[in-house]
Amino acid sequence: MVPDVAVEVAEQTEAIVEVQRPRIIFPKNIAVKCPQCREILYERDCRRNLKVCPRCGYHFKLTAYERIEMLTDAGSFVEVDSDIASADPLHFVSQAQIYQEKLAKEQQKVSLNEAVVIGHATIENLPLALAIMDFRFIGGSMGAAVGEKITRCIELAIEWHIPVLIASASGGARMQEGIYSLMQMAKTSAALSRLGEARLPFFSLLTDPTTGGVTASFAMLGDVIIAEPGALVCFAGPRVIEQFMHVQLPKGAVTAEFVYQHGLIDAVVPRHELRQTLARMLRLYAQAGTWQE
Amino acid sequence: MEQRNTKFLLEIRSKKVSYDLDFEQELVAAAEKIRELQQEGNDGASQQQLERAIHDLHARTKELYAHLTSWQTVQVARHKERPYAADYISLMCYDFMELHGDRAFADDHAILAGLGKLAGNTVMFVCQQKGRSMQEKQYHNYGMPHPEGYRKAYRLMSLAEKFNIPLVCLIDTPGAFPGLEDEERGQAGAIAANLLLMSRLRVPIVSVVIGEGGSGGALALSVADRLLMLEHSVYTVAAPEAAASILWRDKSYASAAADAMRISARELLGMNIIDELVPEPTGGAHNNHCLAAGYLKEVLLKHLDELERYTVDELLEKRYQKYRAIGAFVRAEALVAS
Repeated sequence: MVPDVAVEVAEQTEAIVEVQRPRIIFPKNIAVKCPQCREILYERDCRRNLKVCPRCGYHFKLTAYERIEMLTDAGSFVEVDSDIASADPLHFVSQAQIYQEKLAKEQQKVSLNEAVVIGHATIENLPLALAIMDFRFIGGSMGAAVGEKITRCIELAIEWHIPVLIASASGGARMQEGIYSLMQMAKTSAALSRLGEARLPFFSLLTDPTTGGVTASFAMLGDVIIAEPGALVCFAGPRVIEQFMHVQLPKGAVTAEFVYQHGLIDAVVPRHELRQTLARMLRLYAQAGTWQE
Repeated sequence: MEQRNTKFLLEIRSKKVSYDLDFEQELVAAAEKIRELQQEGNDGASQQQLERAIHDLHARTKELYAHLTSWQTVQVARHKERPYAADYISLMCYDFMELHGDRAFADDHAILAGLGKLAGNTVMFVCQQKGRSMQEKQYHNYGMPHPEGYRKAYRLMSLAEKFNIPLVCLIDTPGAFPGLEDEERGQAGAIAANLLLMSRLRVPIVSVVIGEGGSGGALALSVADRLLMLEHSVYTVAAPEAAASILWRDKSYASAAADAMRISARELLGMNIIDELVPEPTGGAHNNHCLAAGYLKEVLLKHLDELERYTVDELLEKRYQKYRAIGAFVRAEALVAS
């Protein structure tokens, strides 16, 4: 299921750096450039470092399966409802885009049916339900299928009486599904209210980027909300704010650190510590409510 | 119907009906002609001619408004004379007391809320208010709430729950305000909290889109047992300009985005997103505030009356199932990940 990277890299014998003025173009899967410090990194080193730049600590985006592999006990993840896909409810056709075709193309490109992967797994042997979003699929945008999968993940947690972890990575609502996208915000929030009534904890992990309708629904409803360093976390998005307010945003605005400073989330946790932080929280919450017994 | 027709005649005579939107230009000449006829003598022949012209114009206006495109509906929904929440409240309620502030930071004037008497029963109103004059617009921030506005809404919804008062939300906003300070104060979290609260609020909720229902900023007041829309209002995931800018990085495609996203009340009714259309006077609510408020009141009372009959638990279960069911999906032939 998870691409076997080690094999892939081993097959490519040498890192070939092709020089072309004025830009340097690297063959894929061999070297990457850190967008923050511009250091050129071996893909392999970067991957071994959980896709964090060893020089400046920049957190590259992860695919859903990479994140699952990184967070959960090996082999414990069981995916459910992987075949749920968008039904194109509006039959969205406009100039320069037929949504149905775009969906098919994206599904081919990223080998996922939708922008979220859901299932259950264990972290240090503690069970939980998870929904991990994948930014590569139409910007991780939330349409009806994403909303449905996240709701199912929450319902699974209620049924099995286990906590929920949702890792958000999304540009917001999916325009091509119009009002159906918007209503997913209500649907997922309503499901979370049921989770709360069942006294089950919801951990929300904000990764780069978490914006728009996803931020304004489940992502900000976590009992504990943690974010990865440097992640873009906002409602309106920097481009919109700058255009609307006619201002230049200061550096570091609307990032994980920014929302942490303003008291909107609980912690900013580097990727290397995420797994153990989650395990700690799971253990703490596992004992919640038992003091009377 | 006869009565409506007569009212329309009166309005044209008193020059209240205006045709100032671009797609209405074909009717301007006819309306002018009627005014000219009115100023001419009062002999029988011209009187008859006048009546005919008025009936003709009425029919044409009706026909035009029955087939508005999404983009035209957006224009009507944003009409500068369209009644706002405060207009409806003052026309529907014989007593209304506004309540202010989020008890923490500020009083947001984009949210207009308070207790009112609607046909003898106390109702909590939580609404979005735009403004008509430039000064009013600035005072109400163009109907774009800040986080403190949503927290004020949260406070007053909880108050309604505490005293078992039904909640009525009138929605009219281009969207939540997208400023940096709003991010600092947690715009997203404030909206999300309202969604969660409304999904389990233990009183009946009726939400009505009276003009523009723009994205999450509108949704934060519209998780309801009954979601209604005025005939010529829109409800959309993002303002057409914003959607065009997201999809094609060009705001000039706004009308194309409006049509593709299917945002008019009639289309949304067809998609079962909303429960009922609230009729508007011929030529749009902006032509007759009193009549528009009358229609709204009638429909509101009908739905509040229906909701009274359920127990709270039935109400909550129905509300949950209503949102749970939104959003079709398909089962793809399983793709094997690489």
